[in-house]
Amino acid sequence: MSELTDLYQEVILDHNKAPRNFGVLEGADRHADGHNPLCGDQLRVYLVMVGETVRDIKFEGSGCAISKASASLMTQAVKGKTASEAKAMFAAFHELMTGDPSVRASAGAELGKLAVFEGVREFPVRVKCATLAWHTLEAALLGGSAVASTE
Amino acid sequence: MTTAATSVTFDAEAVRRQFPALTRKVYDKPLVYLDSAASAQKPEVVMEAEMRCYREYYSNVHRGVHRLSQESTEAYEAARQKVSTLIGAGCPREVIFVRGTTEGINLVASTFARQRVGEGDEVLITAMEHHSNIVPWQILCEQVGAKLVVAPMNQRGELIFDEFVARLGDRTKIASFVHISNALGTINPVADMVAACQERGIPTVIDGAQAAPHMHVDVATLGCDFYTLSGHKMFGPSGIGALYGKLEHLNGMPPYQGGGEMIRTVTFEKSEWAQPPAKFEAGTPNIAGAIGMGAAVDFLKQLDMAKVAAYEAELLDYGTRTLEAIPGVTLIGTAEHKASVLSFLVEGVHAHDIGTILDREGIAVRAGHHCAQPVMDFYGVAATARASLALYNTKDDIDRLAAGIGKIREVFG
Repeated sequence: MSELTDLYQEVILDHNKAPRNFGVLEGADRHADGHNPLCGDQLRVYLVMVGETVRDIKFEGSGCAISKASASLMTQAVKGKTASEAKAMFAAFHELMTGDPSVRASAGAELGKLAVFEGVREFPVRVKCATLAWHTLEAALLGGSAVASTE
Repeated sequence: MTTAATSVTFDAEAVRRQFPALTRKVYDKPLVYLDSAASAQKPEVVMEAEMRCYREYYSNVHRGVHRLSQESTEAYEAARQKVSTLIGAGCPREVIFVRGTTEGINLVASTFARQRVGEGDEVLITAMEHHSNIVPWQILCEQVGAKLVVAPMNQRGELIFDEFVARLGDRTKIASFVHISNALGTINPVADMVAACQERGIPTVIDGAQAAPHMHVDVATLGCDFYTLSGHKMFGPSGIGALYGKLEHLNGMPPYQGGGEMIRTVTFEKSEWAQPPAKFEAGTPNIAGAIGMGAAVDFLKQLDMAKVAAYEAELLDYGTRTLEAIPGVTLIGTAEHKASVLSFLVEGVHAHDIGTILDREGIAVRAGHHCAQPVMDFYGVAATARASLALYNTKDDIDRLAAGIGKIREVFG
């Protein structure tokens, strides 16, 4: 049970139940769709950019608790950050779940609230759930109408 | 593990003992395997047959004059005979070894159907098909400019028979439908469907992947033109399956793939095809896999499929009542004629999370769209959790599943 409660931490359950920045973002200047063909998770990330900075961000779609909470926490984390800061955050986030544990400690420090996803480490098949929103954000930052896929 | 008393004289415990994988533990808990619709576990006899082939007489088939090749050929052809007898084919030549049901359907779509479906024609399927009985037909329709027509189902997940018949028209050149739905468990009235097609001279293909492990299949009684099955769903190896086709069709069909084994003569100007089934088995086949599938047929035959079906019906009934009694649980697919598949939703919890939590309880279920996205769309859900039962499952497994669903509530509140 302990690994399960590490995975489904209070913060994650809370963001799953009441996702923040959820819905269509009026006036978005770009968006991208993300899709996990293995489980059918679909989401869309909207952005309002001012220069290189994420001025506003919202997401919508359906998915499991991990993917929804990850998207919700991501929107909070990257708002006000530059595109390159957001990308660095994604790299650290990915490292948190898949990287060498000794490197993880420092990575975790920059991540703030996102560190709750450390429990995903014990559930390798769920890493894709946690990263779907980030892949989608990455696609949106590139502009155009790219579709991000976990596969 | 004890089995609750059942009124059916079927010794599930004795059957379980023949499946070594079922004795293992997962996260320190005894495994409860409820994913047989995705792929079934294997009995000792199947593993032994395949291993004996490799240990004692393995060689290529239909090629050598030497002893091992003869023995391999005999065992391979004996497996064909077994499959032929199991499904009531007219003769073993009507049974083609393929990789599985998916390849069987692709074979028919790209040979038999390719010959007779043209621009403006129609291919009829149903709303509950697996992707493997949708996509090959879409590819064909795109190539020739034909239209894929879908017969609808009702909210319980049952084919609306009159609507199916209403879609059989002058332009319908082939109808392909599933015997038992993998996502919903629905058993289709395939004999009536074939009869309706035959009245109009429309050839039929049946996707039998889910049927063979649960019921007696007889293609002669059904009268279908093609029937295809997968070894791995019926307790045989993966990577092997069979396609039944009426000999008159097989004789007239062009080859599926070119290569060795499927020819009579080859010159650089022209080649002549071998007779079926060799015509459709280009290259060295999955020899040991076919022999393993033959062993799976023997395994099923000594069990008495009528007893298996009765036992599974009782399990399904118990499972249905158990899950329906849990608040917040909804069953998807409640057909009157149904095989032992329990597709379900837990209110407020995504199927993927259900799958993870049950896994930690040692319970293997499928979570997702089950390669049947149109079925998920019909019910307006992205995914379901699916517990699929086979002859080695017991009421105890269902009780463990119910307890596991309780754990989901504990985690999600």
